[in-house]
Amino acid sequence: MKPAPFHYLAPATVEAAVALLAEHGDEAAVLAGGQSLMPMLALRLTAPAILVDINRIGALERQSIDAAGYSFGALVRHADAWAAVRADDPAHLLARALPHVAHQAIRHRGTICGSLALADPAAELPACAVCLDAEIELAGPAGRRRLTADAFFEGLYTTARRPDELVVGVHVPRLGPDTRFGFDEVARRHGDYAILGLAARALVVDGCIKDCRLVYFGAGARPVVATAAQAALKGAALDDGHAHGRAAAAVMGELAIDPDLRYGATYKRQLATALLKRIIGQWKAPQ
Amino acid sequence: MPDRLLGSTEAQIGASRPRARSRALLAGRGRYLDDINLPRQVHAAFLRSPVPAAVIDRLEVSAAARSPGVVAVLTWADLAPVCQAWRTLSAAFPGLAAPEQTPLANGRVTSVGEPIALVLAASRALAEDAVAAIELDWRERPAVGVATAALAADAPLVHPELGSNLAWRFAAETGDVAAAFASAATVVEERFVFSRHTGVTLEPRGILAAFEPSEGRLEVWASHQMPHQLQLHLGELLELAMSQVRVTASDVGGGFGVKMHVYPDEVAVCAAARLLGRPVKFVADRLESLMSDIHAREHVIEARLAVDAEGRLLAIDAKGVQGIGSHSVFPRSSTVETLMAMRTLGAPYGLAAARAQADVVFQNKAMTGQYRSVGHPIACAVTERLVDMAARARGEDPLAMRRRNYLEPGDGRCRTALGLEVFDLSHVACLDRLEALMGLPALRQSVAARRQAGEVLGLGFAAFVEMTATGSEVYGMAGVPVAAADTIQLAVEPDGSLKASASLSELGQGTDEGLVQVLADAVGVAPERIGLEMGRTASGPHGGGAWASRGAAIGGEAAWHAGRKLRGQILAAAAALLQTPAAALDLVAGCIVDAQRHERITLAALARTVHFAGHEFPQGTLPQLQVAHHYRREADIAIPTNGIQAALVQLCPETGLVRCLQHWVVHDCGRIINPLLAGEQVRGGVVQGIGAALFEHCRYDAQANFLDGSLADYLVPMAMEMPDIAVGHVETLYRGSTLGAKGAGEAGTCAASAAVLNAVNDALAAVGGGRLAEIPLTPPLVLAALNDRSNAG
Ligand SMILES: Cc1cc2nc3c(=O)[nH]c(=O)nc-3n(C[C@H](O)[C@H](O)[C@H](O)COP(=O)(O)OP(=O)(O)OC[C@H]3O[C@@H](n4cnc5c(N)ncnc54)[C@H](O)[C@@H]3O)c2cc1C
Repeated sequence: MKPAPFHYLAPATVEAAVALLAEHGDEAAVLAGGQSLMPMLALRLTAPAILVDINRIGALERQSIDAAGYSFGALVRHADAWAAVRADDPAHLLARALPHVAHQAIRHRGTICGSLALADPAAELPACAVCLDAEIELAGPAGRRRLTADAFFEGLYTTARRPDELVVGVHVPRLGPDTRFGFDEVARRHGDYAILGLAARALVVDGCIKDCRLVYFGAGARPVVATAAQAALKGAALDDGHAHGRAAAAVMGELAIDPDLRYGATYKRQLATALLKRIIGQWKAPQ
Repeated sequence: MPDRLLGSTEAQIGASRPRARSRALLAGRGRYLDDINLPRQVHAAFLRSPVPAAVIDRLEVSAAARSPGVVAVLTWADLAPVCQAWRTLSAAFPGLAAPEQTPLANGRVTSVGEPIALVLAASRALAEDAVAAIELDWRERPAVGVATAALAADAPLVHPELGSNLAWRFAAETGDVAAAFASAATVVEERFVFSRHTGVTLEPRGILAAFEPSEGRLEVWASHQMPHQLQLHLGELLELAMSQVRVTASDVGGGFGVKMHVYPDEVAVCAAARLLGRPVKFVADRLESLMSDIHAREHVIEARLAVDAEGRLLAIDAKGVQGIGSHSVFPRSSTVETLMAMRTLGAPYGLAAARAQADVVFQNKAMTGQYRSVGHPIACAVTERLVDMAARARGEDPLAMRRRNYLEPGDGRCRTALGLEVFDLSHVACLDRLEALMGLPALRQSVAARRQAGEVLGLGFAAFVEMTATGSEVYGMAGVPVAAADTIQLAVEPDGSLKASASLSELGQGTDEGLVQVLADAVGVAPERIGLEMGRTASGPHGGGAWASRGAAIGGEAAWHAGRKLRGQILAAAAALLQTPAAALDLVAGCIVDAQRHERITLAALARTVHFAGHEFPQGTLPQLQVAHHYRREADIAIPTNGIQAALVQLCPETGLVRCLQHWVVHDCGRIINPLLAGEQVRGGVVQGIGAALFEHCRYDAQANFLDGSLADYLVPMAMEMPDIAVGHVETLYRGSTLGAKGAGEAGTCAASAAVLNAVNDALAAVGGGRLAEIPLTPPLVLAALNDRSNAG
């Protein structure tokens, strides 16, 4: 299929892009890496009147890694972000998650922020952003604002971004040295969107889980935080099988998995506990 | 046997030559259908049915016709004056229900994706814009989705005028089946569910048609497996002489049986070109491909197997339903699949009795058709699974069970219980070779050790018989005009190189390379000196194209005889010029040599003389340096091939994911003309078989709405999911031909899904899980079977 007709505009600055969004609102779509938008256009799943290509906005290519954490501008590609994070901390959640995002060729075009802006419920990065307490930076006619990932993701392909706002970057705070990460997903084929996945971190002191964050993707309309399971693990020793069992039971109870035509909620629940088990295993392994 | 060069170092037959054309294709210099453009061409887009069954109340195209860039919007009413409707009739299927089919819907639709109207515009994008402006009102009718429900008394009718959804019924029986089951020491039975899948070609279907009114000539380029057949049917449907229809297949990016039919949308494009007098191009996008290419292999089969106390197979009994979709595909009929699925049941084994019955039913789904290894994979999975179940019930090695029961007629021939004539088979030799290829004893030890360590591993086997290179009896006696013969034309150019033209088709499988190798040996020239053209009805001879693994067995034989004929002509001409008896001359590597292999004259010099200085020949000699050979096998309806496959799989106990760790195939396709290409044919086929076993599924909901619109939903196996595939060969020559070649193109697909199914069940059994008899083996199914403890002792 071919896209429906659209006007193509390629502003050179964030301000110009925002002005276009302010002018055209819902009629406009931002084009970043195009790895999701182009197929959606070609299949006529969406038919924006105006395409605002942000690829000429050099300022959005910036990424930084410092004591405060990682910042990725809206044009930072998955592949570049991965290389940078891996060099900084190979055990980091993003270093583990990014190889699961699509295939290498796609990761060279697709952007971190594009993935967040899209808010696909089965995507890895929104769950990672929630898990990491990342902040999404938006630029609008009234200036810039930051939203926590948890506040940003609202539902199926919907976020708190207003039609006149551009996602300009994402900021991932650096977590303490006692943080352990865990990431896994279940997919039929390498590079596919996951049937179900889990992004997780834990604060581990003396073999004990002081605190943890468990965020599932593919489980609901947006990243799902398994709060009951988190509570069941809080304070438990890493090798406390009973606590793990309680957490698994909590996951089963709390995950209101959307019925899935292909895989069914029962199967997804089974995966949810299996993933939890694997993640605890990852926390135990030296990182 | 070919008498010369074969076996010598110069021989091309048997050499692993990479396909010459691959270089161009890999470099992006291929010329596929969409690379061809004509002046004044317009682009086609179809309005396709969004619903499985409906009566069309109103179809209003005037707004669409005013859409920018639109040249015309056509419906069946517009095409009917220049195009016939058709019915799929075949005497091979007595009683076959044959509803009328039209290129665009005639007042109602019977499946999602059925073409309703055709927009022609300056670009495909503009055509798609206009499609959205067509006004369509319809009344949805109840639809039939589930094949097993199609014959229920209250089932809605796909074609009300037929009075039933039954398209055809198959029944065959030999021996005393009841007595065999009554006397059996072991009876195993299973209900098998095979889900629809399709052959996903890299290049989608496409057609470009141009009509020249002054000559009444239709010129067509098509991504098609059989341009000659398409030429014939376009002539019939558009009422043109075949001499007025030219079809050219340029590079074709895969066929697998998808591109061997007469599709309504493709006929509509040709009719539109005729109406408009402008070239019309249509290239299916992936969404259209997935919903309108033929699907295949939707069967539910209940089957049982009887075994005596000594472990000898006694009888097989199967009852099945095949869902063929809205129509039986034109011209060959979708019922071929059931015919082959039933006839090849139990084929590797000696059975005293067999019964097979099947209902072939219409549904409101896409048409099904002949996908690679037509029907065989169904029979193979049923048979091989039952054999494994019987071996397990008896507590014996599944390979011992097979070895004991193989049907091998040795030098003779015999019939399988369901009526296939088999000969020149090598089951035992293939099994021996497989055990060696796998290093079976060591492999089994390592599987046992890894199981001890907690892995869920399974090893599965599947023996098979694949009927190849179908002869003229099959379609000829059915009254269906399908060429089972092939022809090669061959001529010497003035520089001594050869110009060849074949009625066969090249789809990427390498038939062209194999034919060149045979021609090179048959004539005595280097392969580089042969230019072979295929896929052009205007210049090439009429023939079969690509179907039923015919390239080597039929095309190769035609090439051999054409080459030998030309060689005879060349030597006769040389003899006349050199005043030497032809018998004293030979043609080696493009040189005419004497008995001592001394060069007398080059073929180039001879050809130059023939073409430009013919007066140098003695009076009365008029050399004919061009020949044609039409080859049709006179005996044997089909050539049986055989082999065995094995799969090693690993099941994830937490997710039900199946990983293929290794796959082995030993195949006997008679003489191997090019081992490299034969091996790759097998490997490609295995990938499609594994795809069927684990991933591929054209999903519909119960109301027959189509669910898989893209390759994100329809899962094809990719490199990361595929294991190494080890291929071994046994060469038992077909004795009915000179080369002794048999078909090689479909064997990989035939048994791969059966081997994986057996391997997964072997893994499940090893951990006390349940049985599975449904493909694709989705992770939820596998996980449920892993957790099923009802069989545990
Ligand atoms: C075969 C294939 C497999 C894939 N597999 C996966 C997978 O497993 N997991 C996964 O997560 N993704 C997957 N993807 C999607 C891929 O990761 C995309 O790159 C990503 O989702 C979007 O990034 P992009 O830069 O390409 O965004 P685009 O496609 O350009 O845009 C996506 C959406 O976000 C909006 N948008 C983009 N940037 C901004 C911005 N700065 N401000 C406001 N709105 C913006 C666009 O308007 C659009 O709606 C796959 C894609 C393909 C083609």
